[in-house]
Amino acid sequence: MKIHEYQAKEILKTFSIPTPYGKPAFSNKEACAFTEKIGFPCVIKAQIHAGGRGKGGGVKIADSSLSAYKAIDNILDKKLVTIQTGEDGKIVNRLLIEETIDIKQEFYVGIVIDRETALPVIMVSTEGGVEIEKVAQETPEKIVTEYALPGYGLQEFQLRNLAFSLGLEGNAFKEGKKLFRNLYNGFLETDASLVEINPLVLTGDNKLVALDAKMTFDDNALYRHPELLKLVDNDEMDPAEVTAAQYNLNYIRLDGNVGCMVNGAGLAMATMDIIKLYGGEPANFLDVGGIASPETVANGFKVLLSDKNVKAVLINIFGGIVRCDRVAMGIIKAMETTSIDVPVVIRLEGTNADEAANILKESKLDFLVATSLQSAAEMAVSAVKKTGV
Amino acid sequence: MSILIDKNTKVLVQGITGKEGKFHTQKMLEYGTKIVGGITPGKGGSKTEDNLPVFNTVNECKNSTGANTSVIFVPPRFAADAILESIVAKIDLVICITEGIPTIDMIKVSTALKNSSTRLIGPNCPGIISPGKCKIGIMPGFIHKQGSIGIISRSGTLTYEAVFQVTNLGLGQSTCVGIGGDPIIGTSFIDLLELFENDPETEAVIMIGEIGGTAEEKAAEFIKANMSKPVVSFIAGATAPKGRRMGHAGAIIAGGKGTASEKKATLKKAGIHISESPAEIGNTLMKALNR
Repeated sequence: MKIHEYQAKEILKTFSIPTPYGKPAFSNKEACAFTEKIGFPCVIKAQIHAGGRGKGGGVKIADSSLSAYKAIDNILDKKLVTIQTGEDGKIVNRLLIEETIDIKQEFYVGIVIDRETALPVIMVSTEGGVEIEKVAQETPEKIVTEYALPGYGLQEFQLRNLAFSLGLEGNAFKEGKKLFRNLYNGFLETDASLVEINPLVLTGDNKLVALDAKMTFDDNALYRHPELLKLVDNDEMDPAEVTAAQYNLNYIRLDGNVGCMVNGAGLAMATMDIIKLYGGEPANFLDVGGIASPETVANGFKVLLSDKNVKAVLINIFGGIVRCDRVAMGIIKAMETTSIDVPVVIRLEGTNADEAANILKESKLDFLVATSLQSAAEMAVSAVKKTGV
Repeated sequence: MSILIDKNTKVLVQGITGKEGKFHTQKMLEYGTKIVGGITPGKGGSKTEDNLPVFNTVNECKNSTGANTSVIFVPPRFAADAILESIVAKIDLVICITEGIPTIDMIKVSTALKNSSTRLIGPNCPGIISPGKCKIGIMPGFIHKQGSIGIISRSGTLTYEAVFQVTNLGLGQSTCVGIGGDPIIGTSFIDLLELFENDPETEAVIMIGEIGGTAEEKAAEFIKANMSKPVVSFIAGATAPKGRRMGHAGAIIAGGKGTASEKKATLKKAGIHISESPAEIGNTLMKALNR
């Protein structure tokens, strides 16, 4: 689960990590009032779940009421295109208004879980304020990492190593160690999967401040963090994805026109891949789960067909424990109750696949039955081509 | 021969009285798996519908039945604890089917595993099957056939797809292992590749990977240096967008790393036979075997 910068900063504050004085704003009026309250110069930052906001024009410094008004008017409720939003960009619905900070030096600090060692790893770099992936590629020696000790966590000597590697001295050295410790604790306590401060700023008076903040949380652990669930911003999600989440379906919208409904995440990805191999473009990822009951299939149709780009639907179910004949009846029931105006290709394989084929044949509904994964993909792609898109 | 499990494997079921545990215990018994008992804390001393003894703790069950393997069906919030209980009880092999365990819980499990003799398969996996001998997990038994192909996969239904293709070609499988779709898992591709390489019954291996992480790349290094048997691979997620979790918690292209094309290129360089299409896994295997 992703959250906004201002939300991440509010969480970091509760772990005693210094952030600039600031407030979120949801309207022009509110935003203008905050700039007056904070004083000039102040910073106006677009709040969207994508990086590259500064370069995309989503971060402005205002030195007067007038320039603040103009900046707010230019950003809020307008489309922002960054390297991470794609061409379509994102509408900015929220702003963060902050005091400016006297920047002496910019650093990077981040924590993730390393899959291979199954340990949290904290990374720091003197190359702050730029994309860390770029630093990792071009000058990997400029990233210093410390892995938490298995069973013991991050140790004092590791905090020192991190602070030394950034060249921190005196009070800033002490503050740095404390900050790394607090960030690590915050990471664990919130079940984060990523926390990133980029840049972490050393100010003119030798203090450390988190100028930007990014946090992502482990979806599997949200049940024990009801406070985090309140931070979800549905505006950041595709409407179809919001609907899918309500039905407990795993759906991700893509740019193509062949909708697919599959049981199992791996097979769902493979189905998208084979559509592409046969010259089509998948419209989505949709995993209806191992069971594929009539209800989930019906809900799946609702979600799929809410995407108006969908010109054909491919249903690919490998029946294991769930019997194909039951899935077939489920599909028929779902198709009878949902108005579907695009061709539907069905491929059912596994337990009772022959019975399922008979049930589908006997039904008067209009759909195409495929006998292999390959022919299913071919049929779906050619069905789209026939519609003349 | 087969790897990890065979006719003599004695299995206990953690969460045996739950809906999933009950259902799949019956299916495993039907397949011929030796299930000797189960655990549901608080229900110790009772019997299941299949007349299996229920215990409060893994230790009690192990001592009383001689179980050496555990399969876990408990809900995600209790699953890491269930794995830890089996590790401490010195169960040789633990297979965790549960999906949705918080990653931070798995850090604890992973640390405990490093200092133990237990092997963990999963979590978030379909389990293991040595066709004709033993089935531990949720896979449909009938699509499998005893044979000489080892299968390792991060996925569930996609594995069935590969199994089905192999069975239809008349080849059959020695053992199929679902290692799980989570970022932190107990057993990697490499551990199993090594077991298959040393298993005289296994002739070739199918490795089904997906986007996210670097497990496939590490496996490629291992295969190049250590495997004499042919390896066939399919990597799911060539069309997956960056930064989105494709169902499995582990299937995400993060920081531009872990794309399908990168993985395929690395595997090809290591001499692995790549199936570009999920429908061609069986045929790619036949080619690799020169049949």
